[in-house]
Amino acid sequence: MKRICVLLLCCLLGSRLSAQDDLLAMLDSLQETDQKREFTHSTFKTVRVVNAHSIEIPAPGVLQMAISHRFGRLNGGFYEFFGLDQANMRMGFEYGLNNHLCLGVGRSNVRKTYDGFVKLKLMRQSSGKVRMPFTIVALSGMGVNTLRWADPDRPNYFTSRLSYWHQLMIARKFNSRLSLQFMPTMVHRNLVATRREDNDVFALGAGGRYRLTGSMTLNAEYFFLLPTGSHTANNYQNSLSVGVDLETGGHVFQLMLTNSLGMTENLFVAETDGDWLQGDIHFGFNLMRVFTVSEQAHARAQKAEGW
Amino acid sequence: MKKPLILALLLLAAGILSAQTISTRTGHIWFFSSTPLENIEAHNNQAAANLNTQTGDMAFIVLMNGFQFEKAEMQKHFQEKYAESEKYPKSTFSGKISNIGSVNFRKNGTYPVQVSGTMDLHGVKKPVSANGSIIVLDGKIRATSKFQLATADYNISIPAAVRDNIAKTLDVNVDVTYSPLNP
Repeated sequence: MKRICVLLLCCLLGSRLSAQDDLLAMLDSLQETDQKREFTHSTFKTVRVVNAHSIEIPAPGVLQMAISHRFGRLNGGFYEFFGLDQANMRMGFEYGLNNHLCLGVGRSNVRKTYDGFVKLKLMRQSSGKVRMPFTIVALSGMGVNTLRWADPDRPNYFTSRLSYWHQLMIARKFNSRLSLQFMPTMVHRNLVATRREDNDVFALGAGGRYRLTGSMTLNAEYFFLLPTGSHTANNYQNSLSVGVDLETGGHVFQLMLTNSLGMTENLFVAETDGDWLQGDIHFGFNLMRVFTVSEQAHARAQKAEGW
Repeated sequence: MKKPLILALLLLAAGILSAQTISTRTGHIWFFSSTPLENIEAHNNQAAANLNTQTGDMAFIVLMNGFQFEKAEMQKHFQEKYAESEKYPKSTFSGKISNIGSVNFRKNGTYPVQVSGTMDLHGVKKPVSANGSIIVLDGKIRATSKFQLATADYNISIPAAVRDNIAKTLDVNVDVTYSPLNP
């Protein structure tokens, strides 16, 4: 309504105002009537918060390579060179098919695990013509432990090697600095070590980032094991990780401190045993590199958004 | 409900201001950054522009999110770190063609023009001037220009890590074909 009044005034006082400003004002209202849905971009620098997935997926046609390392515990002291003597790593690739879907695979030396996952964007935060307060992403993954059977003489089943994880990520970029993500998570292990262990583990995760400069963000995430009193919650630790993202041209370096050793959900959500207060802290990094496989896919996705 | 009202008012405003204002919403603005390491170019085909053919007054509005890069990663960096398009969603220019009298809008031809005015980019307002052409062809009026823009002038800082990949001075091209506001 205000705009209309202003325009009316402009019309009436047209001759008295500077002609150039009028032209600009006219253009402005021309664009307002043509407003489009603007999707929020760069909620996180890359596809992980620290250990956990973020709501970001690789852009359409982009292959994201992730080389992750988690070293031993800092409290190993000088003899273990503060953990650097032990290196655990995961190599992963994920590919953005379109603005909503991404597929990924990885291999980690922790229990010689192969993993695969699907990430699906259900809703995208946007402003303008259509306003959505959140981005919601569903993640489903599966891990295959390929260690040799501990006891080859008893019947062993392939299904015993499998674990699954499902996660819903609800994130909001509040402003250019602050993004928060809430992530209820469920992990299922087909086979657990003892009868008392839970096959199903539930956790409430939360994470976020705070942008310090254009190329650097501070990240943190926490998984709270549920329900309290369950075997897992009593015998394992909640995963807590803090890190920084450093972005250069085509890389994002994520440096972190975490009490989790594993780099897949079945491990860092359900089997974290490090205690921050005891110094069971692992230094680690994710090296994220993007490769543009298809520039057409990006162009097509942009066109679909009306650009 | 609002749309037709605004449009009607716009037409009215246009009528009162001048019948000589021509405009477009699909102007093409693109820029190049060339360094020995990497060439980057981005195109925006949705620039809004208008021109008063009588007085030579002209204006442009460009949405920063509308710049399309060939690589998604470049576009993301441009939006988040350089243009900061959430904070500064649009860039504007308003100025004047000083020698508008030399352009005959009824006769086919390419007329060199001088433009000067104010550019508002990344929250910084700067006086700029550039040479361009008005091309009249069978009633269609087209304006083109090419000028250089130093990112430092607009408080756009480029981190050391990519200083060799991004040029300090960008070559900006403008090519808009106007259509009459009320034919």
